[in-house]
Parts: sequence; C-alpha cells; structure tokens
Amino acid sequence: MALYSEKVFDHFKNPRNVGEIPDADGVGEVGNAKCGDIMKMYLKIRDNVITDVKFETFGCGSAIASSSMATEMIKGKTIEEALAVSNKDVVDALDGLPAHKLHCSVLAEEAIKSAVQDYYERNGIPYDKSQFPVMEDCEHCGEHEVRMV
Amino acid sequence: MFVYADNAATTRVSEAAVRAMLPYLGTCFGNASSLYSFGQEAKEALENARATVAGCLGAEPREIYFTSGGSESDNQAIFSAAAQGRKKGKMHIISTAFEHHAVLHTLRRLEKEGFAVTYLDVHENGVVTPEQVRDAVREDTCLVTVMFANNEIGTIQPIREIGALCRERKVLFHTDAVQAAGHLPIDVKADNIDMLSLSAHKFHGPKGVGALYVRRGVTLQNLIEGGAQERGKRAGTENVAGIVALSVALKDACDHMAENAEKVSALRDRLIEGLLRIPHSALNGDRERRLPGNVNFCFEGIEGESLLLLLDDAGICASSGSACTSGSLDPSHVLLAIGRPHEVAHGSLRLSLCEENTPEDVDHILTEVPRIVEYLRNMSPVWKDLVSGKKQFML
Ligand SMILES: Cc1ncc(COP(=O)(O)O)c(C=O)c1O
Repeated sequence: MALYSEKVFDHFKNPRNVGEIPDADGVGEVGNAKCGDIMKMYLKIRDNVITDVKFETFGCGSAIASSSMATEMIKGKTIEEALAVSNKDVVDALDGLPAHKLHCSVLAEEAIKSAVQDYYERNGIPYDKSQFPVMEDCEHCGEHEVRMV
Repeated sequence: MFVYADNAATTRVSEAAVRAMLPYLGTCFGNASSLYSFGQEAKEALENARATVAGCLGAEPREIYFTSGGSESDNQAIFSAAAQGRKKGKMHIISTAFEHHAVLHTLRRLEKEGFAVTYLDVHENGVVTPEQVRDAVREDTCLVTVMFANNEIGTIQPIREIGALCRERKVLFHTDAVQAAGHLPIDVKADNIDMLSLSAHKFHGPKGVGALYVRRGVTLQNLIEGGAQERGKRAGTENVAGIVALSVALKDACDHMAENAEKVSALRDRLIEGLLRIPHSALNGDRERRLPGNVNFCFEGIEGESLLLLLDDAGICASSGSACTSGSLDPSHVLLAIGRPHEVAHGSLRLSLCEENTPEDVDHILTEVPRIVEYLRNMSPVWKDLVSGKKQFML
C-alpha cells in the first residue's frame, strides 16, 4: 500500500509555484520549525484577483504537496474565492491524506488566509478578524515520540 | 539502481539461513515436544541451535532462551529483574535516555507500578560512561539496563566496564544487544553480562525470532504462560525453523565478523566523509565508537520525511528520526538525547549498511543525497532565513 495518493506524490515530486515573489502584495508564514513544518505563501494581487502565487515549505511530503495544491487552487481566483478554500478542499483535491497528515492541509489553508490578512493590513483594508486563524504555538509538541526500528 | 541502506531496521535473510530453515517447515515439521522420533528430530535441531547460539556468545546452552524477538527478550529480562527487586524492596532501575522503546516503554510501565528509574545522560557523543553508572547505583538498585549499541546513531557503550561495576555492586545487568549481536564481539562472561537480548532479523536471520541469554543463577519470570517449552520459562510451540535460521545466521555473522566489519566500516567512512562535505550537516554520534554500518546525519533547514521520499524515488531505502516519518509530532528521542534541537532533529537521515552493500551503492548515495538536500533547501523558508542571517545556523 502506498503511503500517499498519486496526486500527493505528483505534487510533492513536481511542486507547482515553488519560490518567492520579491514584490509580493501579501506574505503569510505559518507553522513552526520545532514541529517540523513551516509554510510561506506569497501573493500578487490585482483588482481583487490573485494574479500570481508562490510558496516555500519546510516540511514532509504532504506539507509540500498541500502547499503546491493550495497555490494551484487559488491562482487566478478572487480573494473571496481564495478565502473560501478550506483544508478539506485541499485534501479532496489531493485525493486524500493520511489521518496524521491532515494538519498539513490545515497549514495550507492558514497560509492562504495569513497571506491575505497581510495584504489587508498593508493596504489598510478593513476586514473581519474573526475570519482569520489565530496563530498559536503547537500544543502537541512534547506529547508524542518517534518510533524508529 | 536499488540501494538498500536500512540494515538497522532489518536485513535480508541470508540464503544459508533460508536453506537451513526450509526442512523444518517441510519434511521435518514435527513438534519438538512430541515423544516420537519424528518430533525428536525437531527437538535435536532446536538444541543444536541453542548450543550454536551459546557458542557465539560465550554462554552455556542452558542459558539461552528463544523468544519472538528483541522486544520480547527486553520485556522479559526487565520484568524478571524488577520482580526479583520488588521482592527485596529494591525498586530502583538505571538505564539510559536513548534506549529502544522496547526497553523504555517497559521501564515506563514499571514506573507506573512504583519503580524509580534513572535515565543516564548520553552526552553529545551518544556514549555513557561507567562512572555515571557507578554514581547512579543506590542501595535499592535492582537492575542496570544499557544497550550494547544504539539503533539510531550506532554508538557503542562501554558494556564490559559497566558489567564489571554491576558485578562489584551485586546489581543485575541487562543489555539490549539487538544491534550488536553478529556485528560486534560479545562474550557474556568476559563482559560481565547477566542478561542479553538479541533478534535474528538484524543479522540476516528471519523476523519474529530472537533469544535471551540469562546467566545461570538469575531468576527468569514468564512473560508467556502455558506449556513447558524453554524449560518452562517461555510457553508456546517452538518456532523451530526460525530458531534454526537464527543460529545459522548468527554463526555466519560471528565467523565473518572481522572481515565484514572491515569491509562495512570502510564503506561507512567513505559515506561519512562524503556527507560531511554538505554544508551545515553534522554526523550524529561518536565518530569512532560506532557500529561498522551506521551513518546518521542531520542536515539543517530540511525535513527528513521529504528527504526519505525523494531518496526512495532515487532507489535508496533509508530512515529518518523526523517526527513526520512516524506519524508523531516529536522527532527522535535519541537525537534529542544527544542534544540536537527539535528543528535540526527533524532533518535527520540514517543510512545503515551491511556487507552486501557495494562501493557503487555508496557512490549512488553520495550523488543523490547532496542533490536532494540542496533541492529541498532551495524550497525551504527555514533555510532561507538561515542563509540571510535572520536565524542562526545551529550546525
Ligand atoms: C536496539 C533494539 N532493541 C530492540 C529491537 C526490537 O527487536 P524486534 O523487532 O526483534 O522485536 C530493535 C529493533 O527493532 C532494536 O534496534
């Protein structure tokens, strides 16, 4: 049995939209190196439309695949459409993720939101703060351990 | 190209071991406990295997008990010592911070039952000292359990010296030699070992079969109750085929130990030197005191699971102590025990070689690992922060 779906492997091995946008209009960074994954998303926005998006990710295969898929899902979309992308949408688009990897898709959703929030802040655009995730330290760290044979 | 470089996880069963076990699955399938001569053939094979294993360890045949593997041997040894300790009101155990979970989780259960456990620091180099053991021994210490060699970073512990100390202080000494048996010289008498665990699949034997050496005079408690197999200490119809294969594989490994070690450590050293050329990388565990086949590195700025997946794509089988490789959230307790920060421990890679690996295997690994590390670093925001000086390099 394969660890991941073919879609995940494809996006992991051939990630779309990798890199940086130096003059991005919004940048979001979520995750924690201590927990093993960080996602950074760059948005170029014109007339309320995401004209370009790039990502950089430190993390496992599903973190990289989730970032890649998320960028594909929001490119060319309006901000409202991008904000409507949920972690479940990312998982479905990837043909599923193992249960213990679902947090990678959550990070992808949060990376989009965090980049949009940054865009709003930079441009003084009023927005409903309750719609955006509160960044917190990973509460799970220290509770689990790795098993290596 | 296919390169199997995960021999610490498990090994290929040797042709000799397969050949040795087949008759006991086929023509000679009798139950070793049966009285008729057909069963007695199996019994004879079982006892020959016991004598062979004893010979490899410098033990007597009656000091060898066959089990289902390393985990069972560890459990039985530790629970037995604890039961004896409890009877005498001695409820303190000494171990190390980087034991295998077969030992650590057994100790954790004993802690819940009221035992106190001292976990010795393993230092940056992954080696405990006999002095640490000496200082930790108390009046109520009933057991010292220190692994012979670590399964992740391959560091070899001063077993003989620790054993001598335990003998002097009249404390039982168990060692998990699962990674050492067949790879390092072991003489249970000279090494002052009271109990020792080993597992066949780490030295080209089959999975699911192991042994526990218990010095004569040490009381063993059953983990599995039932029939009177293994002199009443381990119930269950014997896995004769597996046990025979274990003995053949162990004998082979011990007979060729020196030449295998020479060959494998040469490959290992070339691999280590090659990987050290990757900037901001570090070898985990002592450079000298390590198993002939063990290579374990941390690469800053990347995560181990993605490294493993891309290595798999390049035909290389390896392991990582990253949290993501196991479905848990913390990286390897071994890497944390030698002081690697979480961030760095996530980017670890273990390559474990055996005598079947070739110089071409090492060449292939040395082409692929640097390429993949660079590829992953190029998409890593952590790496970028390190390079730009926003974060400080740790390696
Ligand atoms: C050091 C150590 N102890 C114990 C075990 C458990 O052995 P087994 O898989 O035979 O139960 C392993 C390997 O899995 C090991 O490396």
